[in-house]
Amino acid sequence: MNKQGTFRSRLGTYGGPVLVILWTLFPVIWILSLSFKPESGINNQKFLPDSFTLENYRTVFKTPLFTSALRNSIFISLIATVLSVMIATVAAYAIARLDFPGKKLILSLALAIAMFPAVSLVGPLFDIWRSIGLYDTWLGLIIPYMSFTLPLSIWTLSAFFREIPWEMEQAAQIDGATPWQAFRKVIVPLAAPGVFTAAILAFFFAWNDFVFGISLTSTDAARPVPAALAFFTGASQFQRPAAAISAAAVVVTIPVVILVLLFQRRIVAGLTAGAVKG
Amino acid sequence: MTATTTAAPAVGIPVPVSERARNEKRLGWKLTAPAVIVMLAVTAYPMLNALWLSLFSYRLTDPAAREFIGLRNYGVVLSDALWWQTVVTTVIITVVTVAVELVIGFAFAMVMHRVVFGRKVVRTSILIPYGIITVVSAFAWKYAFALDSGFVNNWFGLGDFAWFGERWSSIVVICMSEIWKTTPFMSLLLLAGLAQVPEVLQEAAAVDGATWRQRLTRVTLPNMKGAIMVAVLFRTLDAYRLFDNVFIMTAGAQKTETVSFLAYRQMISRTALGLGSAVSVLLFLSVVAIAAVFIKGFKVDLSSVRGR
Repeated sequence: MNKQGTFRSRLGTYGGPVLVILWTLFPVIWILSLSFKPESGINNQKFLPDSFTLENYRTVFKTPLFTSALRNSIFISLIATVLSVMIATVAAYAIARLDFPGKKLILSLALAIAMFPAVSLVGPLFDIWRSIGLYDTWLGLIIPYMSFTLPLSIWTLSAFFREIPWEMEQAAQIDGATPWQAFRKVIVPLAAPGVFTAAILAFFFAWNDFVFGISLTSTDAARPVPAALAFFTGASQFQRPAAAISAAAVVVTIPVVILVLLFQRRIVAGLTAGAVKG
Repeated sequence: MTATTTAAPAVGIPVPVSERARNEKRLGWKLTAPAVIVMLAVTAYPMLNALWLSLFSYRLTDPAAREFIGLRNYGVVLSDALWWQTVVTTVIITVVTVAVELVIGFAFAMVMHRVVFGRKVVRTSILIPYGIITVVSAFAWKYAFALDSGFVNNWFGLGDFAWFGERWSSIVVICMSEIWKTTPFMSLLLLAGLAQVPEVLQEAAAVDGATWRQRLTRVTLPNMKGAIMVAVLFRTLDAYRLFDNVFIMTAGAQKTETVSFLAYRQMISRTALGLGSAVSVLLFLSVVAIAAVFIKGFKVDLSSVRGR
């Protein structure tokens, strides 16, 4: 088809990809451009700044609201990711390797929770967390993040674990390896990419969350970045927050872009794991 | 490594089948228990709690006046025009975004499937909107359309048209942000489905003289029906709980409140736990209803399509 060299197919070969890249990068470049606009030029109503400044970045890193939110977001997301992936790995191993009743039920439960409307939970959680002292704490966010990242992790990992040639573990043991050696030297390297994929997706969820972040926190003690952005006013309350928010947005977008650039194939594999028969 | 015969794996020891099966069963439950407990602790228990609270007239600011009123909260919600307005807004946004995303997502999936030039760049860039925080996307689109900082009005010569000054233009911008952010997810699911369509069928159809359009509608689409339905179901459920974009762009002003936003406002801002819980339960029930319609009505086979 591509060899026909018609205008239409050439458009498909080059135009398509260019269009996709434009689509994905346009708003990102816009927020980047906004973050470099000086206070006086923020309303120039142009896509690009007239003059560049790093002042907005200095402002956000001097704003305690942002720096504490950044610290909260990083630690809460990382802790939730590690815990969730650990629990999911164990569960997915059991689902992939063992035969026990209730397996299908657990997978269905995970699927149901993945579709659960989070907002319908924040009211009761708000009430419960306040009465048991979890309101406005790291743990108060880590727990819901774990519950909502577990389904995707379990699905990704159990799909992945099914593909691992487990006989190799026994083969290593027959060759004289202890069960621990067989596990560490044979199974861990095979399973690591899947675990890693699940971890990235779980991290994205926790990093992105707004619903829990805004409902279950009230101070700098635990408020994560997305919720903090909604409260942002800039250096002083008289300053327009657009430039500062954009700078803050760019800062929290950088880790995501780096992860995407480094692990593109794994993320795609994880997102579509088991989405089709295979 | 020295081969020792004494350290034979446990498999070699003769164990009665029933006991081994029982051990396996017990181990399976033990290994999955933590996951099940964590998943249920934050969903099932609070949901039951919401169900219970929804039967009371209960405001956090006045706990002493808490009183059992049966289903009256539901009556209040369902007879309120505001509830129906939020439902209409949510349904419109859901239908529009999912339909547009399906078309664009499919086009993107085709591009990614066929792309030769810059394959890796395209597949990497498509993940960027997926990874970006929804709130950040909301701000980017909000500022692009805003009267003071925006470039859109300037580019298209719209003068001082206030996008966030009325209902439908606000909804348009909300939809744009939502579509931009979630189309990549849709297109990746569709790409996975596209990869399942046998190339042989395409070639056979081409040899038989089928046009591009015929191959698309007679070969490609029917063969990836499963993937399309799953992608649509996932996105529909996701779009129906839309919250972040509305919160950032309009905070529910200009009649853009969605069901999720209403539940949040009743519960957290107004601390009307009884009434808010009723809204939450109704939101939950509508999501269940949507899923049921898809799974029973359209026969989306999740067990066979999403893993097994």
